[in-house]
Amino acid sequence: MPVAYLKETPSQTGGPYVHIGTLPAVAGLPVRTQENLSVLASGSVPGERIRITGVVWDGAGHPVKDALLELWQADAAGRHDNPDFPGFGRAAADFATGAFSFETVKPGALPWRDGRTQAPHVCLLIFARGINIHLHTRMYFSDEAEANAADPVLKSIEHAGRRTTLVGARDEADGVVTYRFDIRLQGENETVFFDV
Amino acid sequence: MDERGDFIRRDRKWHPPAFTPGYKTSVLRSPRCALVSVEQGVGEKAGPLFFPRGGLDPLDNDLICNFSKGGEAIGERIVVHGRVLDENRRPVPGTLIEVWQANAGGRYRHKNDSYLAPLDPNFGGTGRCLTDAEGYYFFRTIRPGPYPWRNDGSDWRPAHIHFSIFGEAFVQRLVSQLYFEGDPLIPLCPIVNTIPDPAAIDRLVARLDMGQQMPFDALAYRFDIVLRGRRQTFFENKREGN
Ligand SMILES: [Fe+3]
Repeated sequence: MPVAYLKETPSQTGGPYVHIGTLPAVAGLPVRTQENLSVLASGSVPGERIRITGVVWDGAGHPVKDALLELWQADAAGRHDNPDFPGFGRAAADFATGAFSFETVKPGALPWRDGRTQAPHVCLLIFARGINIHLHTRMYFSDEAEANAADPVLKSIEHAGRRTTLVGARDEADGVVTYRFDIRLQGENETVFFDV
Repeated sequence: MDERGDFIRRDRKWHPPAFTPGYKTSVLRSPRCALVSVEQGVGEKAGPLFFPRGGLDPLDNDLICNFSKGGEAIGERIVVHGRVLDENRRPVPGTLIEVWQANAGGRYRHKNDSYLAPLDPNFGGTGRCLTDAEGYYFFRTIRPGPYPWRNDGSDWRPAHIHFSIFGEAFVQRLVSQLYFEGDPLIPLCPIVNTIPDPAAIDRLVARLDMGQQMPFDALAYRFDIVLRGRRQTFFENKREGN
């Protein structure tokens, strides 16, 4: 007899109304309206202030306007245990345009399993109608080319050409640092999604 | 560096695949390339411990009362309760469960839902709770109604409650749906049927639990949840200084 582990509860789509439970104000409910989970950094949290913005695109090139994104990252020192910076955020795609946006700080480099280092990055999960089990990806930073070239996770992507789908493009305008990160669910330049 | 074990790999044959043409919306929203398997890093093995930031409200797990405009929500009053365990049968304490659902008529309180069933002024359809030290959770609500949706013409969703769980690590994150024992719409549902194994579908079916009813108030349904568990670390090679 093989050893019996419990089986994980199977996933189902979050559906089009995922916001009711996760971002009720976005759904139009007059509750928890003071919560803005797309803003991770407030007050005097150390680190470079950045905005991450983009659109999730489907296989026909249409924006996924009901997408919910969750972001998980280290603080500017590369740590996940900072009580002043929880490192977790949520953002809904705009119902009209599909655009999402996070306000945060640029994370530091993180340790990897064998003493190596991971390039600065944020983890992203994507939930939406039609997505049966959430998709897990990462955004790296275009101004970290050297660290990205040495990153163990990027290097594990066999087709080097696909690694660029995980790099957010830095832009500075009016004193705001923005990284543009589009996520393509399918087709040309399909984003790399991970089984972690 | 997190010295604790990695999480057991996800069994992707047990979960629904991304591309399930019976559920039409998945056709253009499913990656065509294979997922890239990577080892778990410190970030994936950690999770948001400080969420929700403001703490919970005492009514957050009472959907009959938490949107009251003077009255209570209309519908069949139920308690949903159960336990969150990991694959090693260890309880998952202090983890956030978020739920959302339609009202008794099958209508969601969401900007984008235009189903003709009326809204219930006293029902919002959102709730959340934390598991206790033994992994137990409960909330009180009304049984949601089935509703039609555009797929193969007018398909009907079985009554269901959406739920979202964090666990202690980002790789344990899970979003799914709870169905009700005996609902004849379950086997007809294209979204249920994205799951290939009937044994896996059965795991999403909450059981009537007469022992835990609130007498003269609410029926009870039992729904246990399993998140990924950690591997033991007997044979991990450890280098100096790590
Ligand atoms: Fe639903």
